[in-house]
Amino acid sequence: MPEGFVGRGLRRVEDARFLTGRGRYVADLQEPGQLHGVVLRSPHAHARIAALDAEAARAMPGVRAVLTGEDLAAEGLGPLPCPATVQTVGGPLIIPPRHALARERVRHVGEGVAFVVADSAAAARDAAEAIRVAYEPLPAVTEAPAALVPGAPLLWEEAPGNLAFRFEKGDRAATEAAFADAAHVVALDLVNQRVHAAPIEPRAAIARHDPATGGFDLLLAGQSVHNIRDQLADAVFRLPRERIRVHCPDVGGGFGLKNFLFPEYVMLLSAARRLGRPVRWVADHTEEFLAAVHGRAVQGRGRLALDAEGRFLALHAEMIADLGAYCSPAGPACPTNSFSTAVGGPYAIPAMLVEVRGAFTNTAPVDAYRGAGKPEANYLTERLVEEAARRCGFDPVELRRRNLVRHFPYRSALGMMMDCGRFAENLEEAARLADRPGFAARRAESEARGRRRGLGLACFLETARGAPQEWGGLRFEADGTVSILLGTQSNGQGHETSFAQVAADRLGLPVERFRLVQADTAAIPRGAGHGGARSLHLGGGALVLAAEALLGKARAIAAHLLQAAPSELDFAAGRFTVRGTERGVTLAAVAEAARDPASLPEGMAPGLAAEALNPEDRVTFPAGCHVAEVEVDPETGAIALLRYQAVDDYGRLVNPLLTAGQVQGGVAQGIGQALMEAVAYEAGSGQLLSASFMDYCLPRAADLPALEIGFGECPTASNPLGVKGCGQAGAIAAPQAVMAAVLDALAPLGVTALDMPATPLRVWQAIRTARDG
Amino acid sequence: MYDFAYHKPGSVADAVKLLTADPEARPISGGQTLLPALKHRLNRPTALVDLSGIAELKGIRKEGDTLTIGALARHVDVAESAEVTSAIPALARMAANIGDIQVRNRGTIGGSVANNDPAADYPAAVLGLGATIVTDRRRIAADDFFQGMFTTALEPGELLVAIEFPIPEKAGYAKMRNPASRYVMTGAFVARLRSGEVRVAINGAGPCVFRQAEMEKALSANWSPEAVANIRQSPEGLNSDIHGSAEYRAHLVTVMAKRAVAEAG
Ligand SMILES: Cc1cc2nc3c(=O)[nH]c(=O)nc-3n(C[C@H](O)[C@H](O)[C@H](O)COP(=O)(O)OP(=O)(O)OC[C@H]3O[C@@H](n4cnc5c(N)ncnc54)[C@H](O)[C@@H]3O)c2cc1C
Repeated sequence: MPEGFVGRGLRRVEDARFLTGRGRYVADLQEPGQLHGVVLRSPHAHARIAALDAEAARAMPGVRAVLTGEDLAAEGLGPLPCPATVQTVGGPLIIPPRHALARERVRHVGEGVAFVVADSAAAARDAAEAIRVAYEPLPAVTEAPAALVPGAPLLWEEAPGNLAFRFEKGDRAATEAAFADAAHVVALDLVNQRVHAAPIEPRAAIARHDPATGGFDLLLAGQSVHNIRDQLADAVFRLPRERIRVHCPDVGGGFGLKNFLFPEYVMLLSAARRLGRPVRWVADHTEEFLAAVHGRAVQGRGRLALDAEGRFLALHAEMIADLGAYCSPAGPACPTNSFSTAVGGPYAIPAMLVEVRGAFTNTAPVDAYRGAGKPEANYLTERLVEEAARRCGFDPVELRRRNLVRHFPYRSALGMMMDCGRFAENLEEAARLADRPGFAARRAESEARGRRRGLGLACFLETARGAPQEWGGLRFEADGTVSILLGTQSNGQGHETSFAQVAADRLGLPVERFRLVQADTAAIPRGAGHGGARSLHLGGGALVLAAEALLGKARAIAAHLLQAAPSELDFAAGRFTVRGTERGVTLAAVAEAARDPASLPEGMAPGLAAEALNPEDRVTFPAGCHVAEVEVDPETGAIALLRYQAVDDYGRLVNPLLTAGQVQGGVAQGIGQALMEAVAYEAGSGQLLSASFMDYCLPRAADLPALEIGFGECPTASNPLGVKGCGQAGAIAAPQAVMAAVLDALAPLGVTALDMPATPLRVWQAIRTARDG
Repeated sequence: MYDFAYHKPGSVADAVKLLTADPEARPISGGQTLLPALKHRLNRPTALVDLSGIAELKGIRKEGDTLTIGALARHVDVAESAEVTSAIPALARMAANIGDIQVRNRGTIGGSVANNDPAADYPAAVLGLGATIVTDRRRIAADDFFQGMFTTALEPGELLVAIEFPIPEKAGYAKMRNPASRYVMTGAFVARLRSGEVRVAINGAGPCVFRQAEMEKALSANWSPEAVANIRQSPEGLNSDIHGSAEYRAHLVTVMAKRAVAEAG
């Protein structure tokens, strides 16, 4: 057992609150005098709005306002920005205007057309039904490859051929040369399907406006308050940033989806300003399916070149990314920048080339979802490795063994500088856990029951950081607690516990003394919020810097109190002592004394607090190897996941219990993507066929075996804690491990190609196609 | 949800009176189908007539060769009933596997059968056993009761009161669930009655539960899974959605029938 708190699997401080129903979410919070907003949404995938008549709705009882695109235009509101920067080729990224409410044209089912504000949500809903919109339907296209075909229905005049961008990264000449000389080349066409993050708490927000100051207050279920505030202030309302406060109470999961500025927040703020009263909106899950953002939605062709011994020579990815109807804030960045940090995974591949085309379609916008480009990159890489093993007759473990990066630092062909890792150890330990020698007997046992068994193993590499830099602070409060102030944000990950563990060790105080202050632009000067598995890496680094600054100040005060020189003091276990004596003072006593200017050194401001901006921009490289074992019922195509094992490296573990929880959740979502989840639009009509959980299949507890998750710790020097991001990894790792197992089970039946999700229908069809040709 | 009036009558006669007086009123039992529809504003009844206080609709009784289940018997009641478990174990198992625990604690057999959702479980047992539907005014044979998607022989204002199941010699049920909703994608209920009659009812696959005559014939001659293993169901007219094409459902008819016979023993 480690000496301090860091490294201990403490139960979460926040659990008591969450488990006893005392968490506070936006929907739980009521504002005096509040009004309720409901969004009228487009039933068409693509249509011209010929006329909109809201007179009857406005006259209905309890209705306070009906806002339309024209109203927001008259108010002078700007479109929602897309701050993503993408290194495009052949022209800049095209960012069409995304207004909070549609103007003249709707471009996906669920797009907001009007916002009704009334005394109750029911009255607002009644009024929304009374709004008459005359739509002139236009042809729609819902698949990205089809959208890029000449003559496809056009979404934006400014984006001919529905092309938003072309992206290219890598050395084309070297890649082509490597393919030309290769002993083996394998190629695969793969679809990384569109999925929905489906946090248990749908989006919700309450907006207020203070006419006296002209200031806005937006309370929301979000993950990135500063970004949302900045975008609202800079681009939409064109106000000084300090005039808008954005803050969050408890947030019930986000997975990336809640990072973004959404049209509904603009509608709410506008309505609150017009009406002078708080306005709330709570989405239902169908609205989330229709009109939040989806994830992944990338497809294309991958090729891998190998020499005769199976050494990887080059990788080429030609992808098409579906952006949906608009550029969501990080939408164009995920399949390009983010994808190309992780493609090639943990392997040494001397030449790589990534080409991506971004397409507009008549669907909900696509943006970051747990992993955001890296699951797509790793899935492509690992499927290619499996394909190479099968086609060229290599043992899949041996093939990986031969190609893993073993010497660090390693600079990848696309310029990523991997500082450290235990890729080979992860593989060896996972392969041992997989019990490959015993698999033949297990397979035979399944076959005796008419089932097909498959064993799959796959590696992953996460490139974790998200937005660079982070801000942190520490402040002793009058009640004796210590506030940890952070620009990152927990929306269920357990930061109240893990960051307290870090601070407790640094300050020599018990974890119970700390309180986490986060997600409030009024309390936290800056921050980049949640996303990219960045919190402990960058936020933890900021906290350590703040702790050092705080201890520096405390040392000066302690020296003053002890009448010694600061350099004569030792600090241990929360106490300063004069070296070689028994004389000392606790940090708590220093904090208490610091309240009184009389006990402070000359010129020092009262109070004990410190803050720090962590300038770090390095990426951490969490990695691991996952094993899945499945059983397929060949008659129905149903798949049972029997075993799941992981050996992962997240650097030093601050709290192994929380780490395991993060990995479990990510793996569950990755399994969901592999076997169950798919957002489905009907071709032609563009109607969403998976608009509720009756049709969108999320994994349930009973679908998952007990996940066996083990850790090997290879600390990184990229932050003072030695930690690597663990938040996204499970979702990055699981899809390829599960699909490798499924394809292994189906190989004897002649199945070689299968896209996710491997639903019973898909698997049955694949078996039938393999049999009947 | 739109506004509606609420009534809670104490007898079948009073309930029927309320329903006859207002053609836009609807009976409600467990509410597991009707309430979600109301919440989504898919339905706009003027009034709900809550049947839960009517004693005549409750209870499970075994009399001779007949098992009678009151319309208000919840799925959990059927699953745990000693009478059902001993007389028609396949029916108890079916009830135990409907939806989830919350649904089984509220949903009723009367509501399910009156609703006749193509993806519901009970209609397969009712048709597969050749049960009799007892209403406030008449008795309807299962073969005449299920008329199409969400359509039954019930007249406006007519209440399902109980279902009389003949106790079979053997019966079995197998289903493939829709992975998302967990409703039935395709199911088969097979029974050999004491009269010697063999019945096979297929649910989930088509717009309405239906009998599979070819399988009935084959099983009459040879009660074994092999007897149905090579009988192909035509996909024509079967349901097709993102979870299962008509071809897939047609294929599952054979697989589920085979498994149902194996389960029946
Ligand atoms: C999450 C979920 C999962 C489910 N999964 C399944 C499943 O796997 N398999 C399955 O079979 N079902 C499933 N159901 C449906 C469930 O079994 C319902 O309980 C059942 O279909 C309806 O019964 P109820 O008592 O709830 O009826 P209600 O919802 O109260 O009523 C249903 C309809 O029947 C009418 N009605 C009710 N009682 C009578 C009566 N006595 N006479 C005449 N008309 C009447 C009502 O007016 C209404 O139109 C599921 C439901 C949910 C919510």
